Amino acid sequence: MLALRRRDLECRQAVELVTDYLEGALSRRERRRFEAHVRACPNCRAYLEQIRMTIRLTGAVEPEDLTAEARQELGELYRRWRSEQAE
Amino acid sequence: MDVELLSRLRNGDEEAFVMLVARYQQPMLRLARSMVTSPAVAEEAVQDTWMGVVRGIDRFEGRSSFKTWLFRILVNRASSAGAREPADASIDSLPAVDPTRFDAQGQWADPLDRWTEESDARMDAARWLPALRSALDDLPPRQRQVVMLRDVEGLTGDEACAVLGISAGNQRILLHRGRSRLREILDADMGKF
Repeated sequence: MLALRRRDLECRQAVELVTDYLEGALSRRERRRFEAHVRACPNCRAYLEQIRMTIRLTGAVEPEDLTAEARQELGELYRRWRSEQAE
Repeated sequence: MDVELLSRLRNGDEEAFVMLVARYQQPMLRLARSMVTSPAVAEEAVQDTWMGVVRGIDRFEGRSSFKTWLFRILVNRASSAGAREPADASIDSLPAVDPTRFDAQGQWADPLDRWTEESDARMDAARWLPALRSALDDLPPRQRQVVMLRDVEGLTGDEACAVLGISAGNQRILLHRGRSRLREILDADMGKF
């Protein structure tokens, strides 16, 4: 039964649905089909997990710190803008 | 955090301004650089945006998140400062996964590497940051913009659409391509550890 379902959707097609799946953009029918495939296919399950990890790791990309010099320049800019505005 | 800084900024608190800039300067530069051809123009657009924030802070009503408001101003400034040709909305038609990974029936030809079954150290984010930063910078501009807003900055799909002025469908396609590419790069590097 599961093997049959797995054949409903090729892995090649399933990987193209991953983002729509995670975004909740699949129709109910498409979602069920996708989920059935992933349940039956360990590789696609691993793929989905890799995408989730990719999202998590990308979320850890932090902005680099500003240098002390840059901070000082920004402070000066700010004072100038404020004084121009007050005029 | 933004809410408190914003109310301090409204009261003319210079330190609050510097903290906001410290938080958003790099993401803004990355976004601006993906929109205009010259790095100098990108920096100008970012600086213009900050000036707009300082002068327009009283007009920010909090209906959108500050982040969305900020990035929208930036996108507008960068567009008027000579944005590139509107990035190809048709987007490349590259598949998410290298087609050679599949057999003739469209099934995976070889088992996938299970990242999480490996040691936890491998999943230590810090290890991947340099590779991810450079992979992000190498993405086609539109993909980079969407992935950055969604996965780095944590905007919702609707917010990213509002910032970039693109449809929900395009946003998802760009996100899909971008994430797929980042996964591919991480996967290639996983083997080295």
